[in-house]
Amino acid sequence: MNALTAGFTGFLFGLGLAISNMLSPARVIGFLDLFGTWDPTLALVMGGAILVTIPGFAWAKSRKDKPWFAGEFSWPSQSEIDMPLILGAALFGVGWAIGGLCPGPAIAAMTSGSLEVIAFVAVMIASWWATDRVIAART
Amino acid sequence: MTLADDIILFRGLLGGLLIGTSALLLLLGTGRIAGISGIAGGLTRDAASGDRAWRAMFVLGLLAGAATYLLSTGSLEMRLVTEGPALYVAAAFVGIGTRLGQGCTSGHGVCGLGRRSPRSLVATITFIAVAIVTVFIIGGVAR
Repeated sequence: MNALTAGFTGFLFGLGLAISNMLSPARVIGFLDLFGTWDPTLALVMGGAILVTIPGFAWAKSRKDKPWFAGEFSWPSQSEIDMPLILGAALFGVGWAIGGLCPGPAIAAMTSGSLEVIAFVAVMIASWWATDRVIAART
Repeated sequence: MTLADDIILFRGLLGGLLIGTSALLLLLGTGRIAGISGIAGGLTRDAASGDRAWRAMFVLGLLAGAATYLLSTGSLEMRLVTEGPALYVAAAFVGIGTRLGQGCTSGHGVCGLGRRSPRSLVATITFIAVAIVTVFIIGGVAR
């Protein structure tokens, strides 16, 4: 049931990204172009999403119950605001601004058949793997 | 603002509601956070097969959702602004950054803001602000 739930929610996520045109880097870069011809679409996408997650996650926490198909909630354990967080978010911001693709839309946009997007995802996955290796070696 | 613009904005809101619903259902069902860099990135690590199955299914679902949209409407808006080496450099920045910062637009944005995590709020403000400054420097859609 865990895998089925993941498959179904992944489907909803991909559908949502496609309906909202977030698979198009031009829309994302348009949103980031705050001092140029600003495209507000991404603000509505993020707004719509947290309109559900803010009350929904609060309710999930208040239930004091287990998830439907798992033993426990896997809430992120870290809470400190440290250098890796800021540096990582900043690097991600630069990459997001250049390409207009973040991980979810990049993976979903492979369905367009664009070899450029597929190459983007390959480099992104290799970078995840390499960064994990470096972090593991340093700790 | 034309009707076409209104439809684009409405579709944005509708898609956002779907994405939020997806994240909430994944949390309620499996107890997991719908952060794409975390879910997909977890597949590159050595892990028990039970941990891999749901991750792989989420990624397959993500592809199937976009493919279903493409097949049912016959078109998918996908316009690249950057191509070639610059795009692959961007991919490396996205990969390294989301691993170091442990989250992307979905994990820190949709889910982290959803659970009102100060850490995620700082991350989200940082990557959006840095991205806006970067676009200001290198140019927008017509760069």
